Amino acid sequence: MHAVIPYVTAALLFGLGVYGVLRRRNAILVLMAVELMLNAVNLLLVTADVTLPTPGGHRGGAFALFVIVLAAAEVGVGLAIVLQYYRMRSAVNVDEVALHHEPEAG
Amino acid sequence: MTVADALLLALGAIAVGSGALVVTSTQIVRAGLYLVVSLGAMAGLYLVLGAELVAWVQVLVYVGAVVVLLLFAVMLTRAPIGPSPDLDRPAWPALIVGGGVGVGLAALLVDAFRWTIYAMPVPGTTDRMGAELFGSWVLPFEVLSILLLSALVGAIVLSRPDIGAPKKTEVEV
Repeated sequence: MHAVIPYVTAALLFGLGVYGVLRRRNAILVLMAVELMLNAVNLLLVTADVTLPTPGGHRGGAFALFVIVLAAAEVGVGLAIVLQYYRMRSAVNVDEVALHHEPEAG
Repeated sequence: MTVADALLLALGAIAVGSGALVVTSTQIVRAGLYLVVSLGAMAGLYLVLGAELVAWVQVLVYVGAVVVLLLFAVMLTRAPIGPSPDLDRPAWPALIVGGGVGVGLAALLVDAFRWTIYAMPVPGTTDRMGAELFGSWVLPFEVLSILLLSALVGAIVLSRPDIGAPKKTEVEV
């Protein structure tokens, strides 16, 4: 098999994820694009298992499992923040988030 | 061109195509469903690459849990069902940076690996993966469980307004 095919797929998916994070205004769509990037990294790690075999076994696969768990934790906390922000302001657009201090918001 | 190559090409094309639809679709729910297709195709890629356990964990955690969570968030934020025109910012900066990253990384990897043929990997069954995880990576594994617990507690605290919210007197001071 030619390992360059999954490698290029991973690179293109990572580029798509970067594009989505920069392009989208809706916070949930930004999180979806982040998931695409994390998956591209997982694909890279799993493919590295094929091209750089380690004597211990599937090191890249173990890393990919760790990344999947981290992504699950990240999306849980991220969506909790998005929902709390929606409850406070009734908006999910990331470029309308006020970054300066607002005393009345607590 | 072997069967594995054809499978890798087809699944990669599906993953990249539906990934492109995720970041360009004007309907939020459809973007979430295209994400399912993209993640499923990637699980197929893991299977071809011999990482069985990773593929099934991908189906369970990503397609099963993360996408459902995202769709619930779409519902809870009362997103419109039809197309919404105000989802996107101007395209040019994102196109330049994202395209640059994607094409740059792809060129780097093509230059590094060329058209070299690698042997098909030994399947990474649950047996092998478990030996790897609980042999070399026990400590990170346990740290990960603490991280999951703290993320769980953090998400609960964040999404309940009645705990951790500042008292009225503190706000007025």
